[in-house]
Amino acid sequence: MIIAIPRLPRWPRVKESFFSKERLFDSFPRLLDAFVLDIKIFAWSTPAIIALALLLAIARSSRNPALFPIRIFVIGYIDIMRGVPVILWIYLIGFGVPGVGLERPFNSPLLWGSVALVLTYGAYIAEVFRAGIDSVHESQRAASRSLGLSNTQTMRFVILPQAIRRVVPPLMNDLVSLQKDVALVSLIGPIEILRQAGIDKAKFANFTPYVAAAIIFLMITIPLTRTTDYLLARERRRTSSTRVR
Amino acid sequence: MKLELRDVRKSFGSRAVLAGLDLKVSAGEVVSFIGSSGSGKTTLLRCINLLEPIDDGTILLDGDEISKIGLDPNPIRRRIGIVFQSFNLFPHMSVQRNITLALTQVLGKQDDEANEIAKSLLTRFALADKIDSYPDQLSGGQQQRVAIVRALAMSPEVMLLDEITSALDPELVGEVLDVVRELKGSGITMLIATHEMKFAQEISDRVCFLDGGRIAEQGQPQQLFTNPSDERTRQFLRRVNF
Ligand SMILES: Nc1ncnc2c1ncn2[C@@H]1O[C@H](COP(=O)(O)OP(=O)(O)O)[C@@H](O)[C@H]1O
Ligand SMILES: [Mg+2]
Repeated sequence: MIIAIPRLPRWPRVKESFFSKERLFDSFPRLLDAFVLDIKIFAWSTPAIIALALLLAIARSSRNPALFPIRIFVIGYIDIMRGVPVILWIYLIGFGVPGVGLERPFNSPLLWGSVALVLTYGAYIAEVFRAGIDSVHESQRAASRSLGLSNTQTMRFVILPQAIRRVVPPLMNDLVSLQKDVALVSLIGPIEILRQAGIDKAKFANFTPYVAAAIIFLMITIPLTRTTDYLLARERRRTSSTRVR
Repeated sequence: MKLELRDVRKSFGSRAVLAGLDLKVSAGEVVSFIGSSGSGKTTLLRCINLLEPIDDGTILLDGDEISKIGLDPNPIRRRIGIVFQSFNLFPHMSVQRNITLALTQVLGKQDDEANEIAKSLLTRFALADKIDSYPDQLSGGQQQRVAIVRALAMSPEVMLLDEITSALDPELVGEVLDVVRELKGSGITMLIATHEMKFAQEISDRVCFLDGGRIAEQGQPQQLFTNPSDERTRQFLRRVNF
């Protein structure tokens, strides 16, 4: 490939159009600047996502018969959020909510785009937490309850700490996806990296800014993915060596 | 009467595991339950600790009806300790924290006091050097001893032991049984489900043979093991080669 591609008749034009050194160096700093907004959206959405996901997962795993209606509501919520593409939620919430006539600063697409991310990813990650909660053996609950701890105390001290430890790797996987999906918010307005790349591309009629943006994403997502794999492998080693007694 | 069960019934689906079981245990008594696998020993102990709700009947602890529907089970469970076949220590907590969790969260003790209790009990059972270990760093025998200490730390009035040596390698059984012997010396009321007939004979004030969801025969160990009156008891003892 490395030998064949440069011999293609249109290669020089493609090269100029996607891999122009000049355009790369020109766009890179601007894109990095814009990427700061992606990082910001990621940084403020993540804690909200984790909190919402934990809440949903706990509510869904609760055994209190009185909470049955809440459980049904949560299941419905999770199904609906996960059943529609993230980008559609960003459009619906990002254009829809400010559209009802909210005043500044509550009409910001940045705000509602972030809210859309929180609501959708909260549902995805709730399922990750729920799988973790379900994976803690029933006998742990029995041991805790037998000591007189309440349901809530059992969840807090016994079940959740074990569940969270187990789901760190899949959780990281979803956070890598989130890191990329943050760029979708650009579609409703905020000038983050993807949009900046679009602006640069239009200005110079050259696609290199997109390639530059891809490189910037990879700088974050590859280390994240590697770390996740490492954690997964470690978790597998740990559980497979303790399972067999 | 420390503990009394009247006509206790418990079914799983259509399978009646406890079918009108009656039992009286006086304070300080050690009662063992024997019977084939599936005869309901575990279910009986779990019902007493309210881990399983009973379908019908009454359970009295010191005369209080603890089986009433709608009663908060937590204050009752504090008074009854249970040790499980599979230890069930909390794997993410040190030995000390396993013991102090309920002391602080349920009994509301200060950390200092809880740690003191954990330390003195661990010392009493020769586990003091394991106080900072995690369960997976301990042998099965040590884990089970810690589980006993964890239950004991709550100062329960009754201890329920459910086949606590069944998951152990044979060479580790002795150290756990020693702990039970020591417990008997301290005068606590104990209900013991076990496969260790020799041990049941040695430690019990009374042995109950469970069959068909009830106590088919009970008596002093000497009498029940050497001269059982019920044919089912005889068959069972023959089957376990006793
Ligand atoms: N949670 C449960 N759900 C359904 N069946 C159960 C459950 N727990 C116990 N059983 C059944 O009840 C019977 C008695 O079990 P158990 O009390 O564990 O007996 P033992 O401890 O004497 O071996 C068995 O047939 C078992 O399959
Ligand atoms: Mg059993």
